[in-house]
Amino acid sequence: MGFTVEQWQAIGLSLRVAIVAVLLSLPFGLALAWLLARRQFRGKAILETMINLPLVLPPVVTGYLLLVAFGRNGWIGQFLDRWFGLQIIFTWKAAALASAIVAFPLMVRSIRLALSSVDVHLEQSARTLGAGPFDTLWTITLPLARNGIIAGCVLAFARSIGEFGATIMISENTQGSRTIPLEIYNLLESPGGVQRAQGLVFASIAIAAVAMLIGEILERRGLQRSAAA
Amino acid sequence: MPRLRFHCRHQFPSGFILDAEFEASDGVTGLCGPSGSGKTTTLGIIAGTLRPRQGIVQLGDRVLLDTARGVRLPPERRRVGCVFQDLRLFPHLTVEQNMRYGLNRRPARKIDFSRVVEILELHDVLGRSPRTLSGGQQQRTALARAVLQGPELLLLDEPLTALDAGLKERIVVYLERMLAELRIPTVFVSHDLADVRRLAEQVILLEAGRVVREDKGSGTDFGRE
Repeated sequence: MGFTVEQWQAIGLSLRVAIVAVLLSLPFGLALAWLLARRQFRGKAILETMINLPLVLPPVVTGYLLLVAFGRNGWIGQFLDRWFGLQIIFTWKAAALASAIVAFPLMVRSIRLALSSVDVHLEQSARTLGAGPFDTLWTITLPLARNGIIAGCVLAFARSIGEFGATIMISENTQGSRTIPLEIYNLLESPGGVQRAQGLVFASIAIAAVAMLIGEILERRGLQRSAAA
Repeated sequence: MPRLRFHCRHQFPSGFILDAEFEASDGVTGLCGPSGSGKTTTLGIIAGTLRPRQGIVQLGDRVLLDTARGVRLPPERRRVGCVFQDLRLFPHLTVEQNMRYGLNRRPARKIDFSRVVEILELHDVLGRSPRTLSGGQQQRTALARAVLQGPELLLLDEPLTALDAGLKERIVVYLERMLAELRIPTVFVSHDLADVRRLAEQVILLEAGRVVREDKGSGTDFGRE
């Protein structure tokens, strides 16, 4: 089952898009997960709903909203174009953006669970030993939540690899610039495509399965660690 | 001037009211009372992990808390070392890393790491994870960690409660050795008056959130009556 050049390009692009999506969303994911895990505030339920919305929205609706916001006439698109000369829509960056947004709830959920399982008494203990809030976060909270954070990244990565609905609306869709799902869809529309798509289907299943397995193992380890603490 | 001045009033959501005032001099002060009398709460307020509605906590000439003036130093700036009842050792760090945690930050006074290791006989476990230690070793690690940050005040919350008689005896010896050599003013909390009498020069008795009796000087008689 050999891959064509286009198929290798699709695999490479999908991996790049998924990695960029994870890196892009991780700082926001960490901040929001911490806020939800550690703070009580007015509007928390609304924030949670907003974060989880991409999980239940039809991906094409997410794609549509991104198109409106990041398109040439969209307010974010105009801002990025004017100030940074950056055009996102119909490039691979749009695929990364769509993947990041669609996978974001999974990342936040996993990190939030990991942060919630860190004993706040350990953080208090660090504070009495002279560590400030950021020092405590860096040296106690994040290391103890490490497995859950990695699991969240892996889940987001796997979800990004499979992202199709939002991506097809805003990403480039020409030869050599398609992610795996887009390439499979494109192949299926051509004669003999079912046969030719098989390799990519297996590659896609393998990447997602390995990522999910790693995520599951790390999450279990994280829970065991916090239970032992 | 007393080493520690404490006067706080706070009502907890459970309805429990702490309304206590006392002064502690240098040396070891025992804070004694039955369960639910407010001992651990008092330590939490001194350490800065609990925020009372009203109160003053003064350590030497430093004001740690004065709600009327809006002064509320965060725990990391209080220079108060704590050995918690549940020890709270960091499970992802080795024994040595735990011990050096406060030492590597802003110790109020430099205390010799090797000397503390020697007094508490922790040489053999420095590279181990706290989870693999016995109860007594964990207790000594927590004590070493609190002492090594060079605190101006050391708080010990029921350090002997969960120990069997043999282990308790050994830990008391370590404690006495440590406190005698390093001379760190200490507030020692216990519900067991016998433990308090053994270690403390001054004893404060708490009941239902109030100080019901204070005994200064070494001739602590109450509890023998």
